[in-house]
Amino acid sequence: MAHQHDVIVIGAGGSGLTAALYAAKQGVDVAVISKLYPTRSHTGAAQGGIGAALGNVEEDHWEWHMFDTIKGGDYLTDQDAAEIFAKEVIEAVLELEHMGLPFDRLPNGRIAQRRFGGHTKEYGKAAVHRAAHAADRTGHMILQTLYQQCVKHNLTFYNEFHVTDVIIEDNVAKGVVAYELATGELHTFQAKAIVIASGGYGRAWKVTSNAFTLTGDLQAILYRKGLPLEDMEFYQFHPTGLFPLGILLTEGARGEGGILRNDSGERFMERYAPTIKDLAPRDMVARAMYLEVREGRGVGPRKDHVLLDLTHLPAETIHKKLPDISEFAWIYQGVDPTKQPVPVMPTAHYAMGGIPTTLSGEVIADDKNTLIAGLYAAGEVACVSLHGANRLGTNSLGDLVVFGRRAGTAAAKFAKSAELHDLSPDASGESRERLERVRNSSGKESVAALRAELQQAMQDYASVFRTEELLAKGVEAVAELQERYKNIGVQDKGERYNTELVEAMELGYLLEVSEATVHSCLNRKESRGAHAREDYPERDDKNWLKHSLVYRKNGKVDFMYKPVVLGKFEPKARTY
Amino acid sequence: MQVTLKVMRYDPNKAAKPGWVSYQVEAEPMDRVLDLLHKVKYFQDGTLAFRRSCGHGICGSDAMLINGKNQLACKALVKDLTKKAGDTITVEPLRGLPVKKDLVVDMDPFFDAYRAVKPYLINDEPPPDRERLQSPEDRARFDASTKCILCAACTTSCPVFWVNGSYIGPAAIVQAHRFIFDSRDRGARERFQALAASTGVWRCRTAYNCTEACPREIPVTQAIEEVKRAILYDKF
Repeated sequence: MAHQHDVIVIGAGGSGLTAALYAAKQGVDVAVISKLYPTRSHTGAAQGGIGAALGNVEEDHWEWHMFDTIKGGDYLTDQDAAEIFAKEVIEAVLELEHMGLPFDRLPNGRIAQRRFGGHTKEYGKAAVHRAAHAADRTGHMILQTLYQQCVKHNLTFYNEFHVTDVIIEDNVAKGVVAYELATGELHTFQAKAIVIASGGYGRAWKVTSNAFTLTGDLQAILYRKGLPLEDMEFYQFHPTGLFPLGILLTEGARGEGGILRNDSGERFMERYAPTIKDLAPRDMVARAMYLEVREGRGVGPRKDHVLLDLTHLPAETIHKKLPDISEFAWIYQGVDPTKQPVPVMPTAHYAMGGIPTTLSGEVIADDKNTLIAGLYAAGEVACVSLHGANRLGTNSLGDLVVFGRRAGTAAAKFAKSAELHDLSPDASGESRERLERVRNSSGKESVAALRAELQQAMQDYASVFRTEELLAKGVEAVAELQERYKNIGVQDKGERYNTELVEAMELGYLLEVSEATVHSCLNRKESRGAHAREDYPERDDKNWLKHSLVYRKNGKVDFMYKPVVLGKFEPKARTY
Repeated sequence: MQVTLKVMRYDPNKAAKPGWVSYQVEAEPMDRVLDLLHKVKYFQDGTLAFRRSCGHGICGSDAMLINGKNQLACKALVKDLTKKAGDTITVEPLRGLPVKKDLVVDMDPFFDAYRAVKPYLINDEPPPDRERLQSPEDRARFDASTKCILCAACTTSCPVFWVNGSYIGPAAIVQAHRFIFDSRDRGARERFQALAASTGVWRCRTAYNCTEACPREIPVTQAIEEVKRAILYDKF
């Protein structure tokens, strides 16, 4: 079936819905394609808050937020993006409130704010209350509120449609091909502008906070076309994944006073970050936890995790401000956080890297900032680069609304002066061929087994600490799995809700983004932010203060580079 | 240990009627029913269809009837559903919504009811430069109903809904409650049109199934009662 819209948004999480609302405000015809019902999107799993210098609890300034974001990103953050972000996120949070978002309140009726990792006052002097929150379900409330606005404005949704291709010819984006899960039908969408907002790819790792559906589909679809992905070596491991499942326990727990402890009960973060301790940025805390375990100070029969201690907090604080994570600890570990410390270890959480974009969300095709006309990206799938080498907690939610707005608005303005492009009669041919090949496959390899092997390999070779030796093994493992993927077998040959077919396609995407990731990790010979190379332990600004762009040409993985946008804040040693 | 996972399966393209299929699955006490469904799908029968996304109870994708009760498959643990090895866990699709395949139901009627109550803040007054003010007490008034994840466990546990699918159902009423009792909202009367219609709140017979079914522990029946009273003693 063929469809036409002025603007197509791919993905219905925070950035997709924001982009769609802002595009619609410009008076163009907008449709959202989502592989889930919109309220299932993973923005809903975000917990702790959205950081903005509202100054409701104590003095705060956007300049401080900008600085924290840049320092948190280990100076790989583009400073123009950080400036725009720190200013605009204030307005964006107020706008969410105006849309109806039920933020928690202070006694004076203003939005309540809590402390969060890496967010400081006066350029690093002490932690600051910056994270506006709604209990520990802030992401849920953002997703619900944005979807409510989409209902109010009667936007068009194609739910449970899996995008299989973005049609780009001569650097012009012309349309989208999508597979309808309910019927097995392929649809083509002509569009004047397309916004990619499809989220991350945490399912490449074994232990992750991410939903089963976060498989890097659109990163992979562009990468297959030879387009570059930016800074893929920077992947965030959130310190407090509920052990052993990896379910997210918000950093807000430490913002409210929670403490990480090792086997002797020691508050070990005092040794690693004497000023802000447990509220150091995530990369530093995750490494500290790994080191504690490695040096034999882990907890449990295998000494393989540490503890998040909330028992000294008033039970009322835990019940009111952290109800969901308390429930997770209880259900999945049988631990009551008011009485017992919670077992935790880092969990694969967030891609700092992704599809390179300008400040307006325009997708960049190379190291010369060549644009793909009509193609935009925002949110976790994109790399603008706000988060640099390590994202600060809460800045993902801020990113969604600030850069979702910018991308949606820019896409709509572009669409107003553009025409629909004719699609070739066989625009969906490549997608059809790929889908049918998978549907009719009868090889010996099991999709589930290959995926488990990939996740184990990424966990072993491209995790918190990295070395040349491990990463070389990772490159080899991914290449071998890609070969074996050609020999998969799928049982379900049907058209109706063929989720087995979809999962096989998703494994294909995961393999592509994993390839881009391990190669990028191997390529960057320094330690910066979340990319910790034990064989190159220092940050090397002389050679590596630059963004990497990984791409594949004629089957060979290669790199281009882009300078970091510097500015007000000179790169300095990063201590907390 | 081994457990039997007995799943109500249905593919309208292949069979006239749904039927039970049993699978022997290796299970740990802390496994989620979702893990068992994955084990079947990945290693026994790839054609089994069900929805899931986050895997820890906040996206609302995997509500289904487990051992006769509406639950999220990712929050229902083997240890709470079995007493010993060899026990059976039954899994069926939600009742009252058309089954599309196996455990996948048509969610469109559910979301139609959601839309009918105008589930968004209604307030045409120009907003202030900063946030609208709201006291912590006013915020607490509707806190429970903001937890809703639209999983449909409540609505599809309601005997009134089973008999008459045009009843908007508990979930839609919880959504209405979330806004009617928000001090910033001015749209209560607009919502009353849908809520007071013959398909609205007066259908509720306070069976409390919804409250029991809610995986987010929202006092759903109480919310419905509060909406009924709001309509009766219209103070808006």
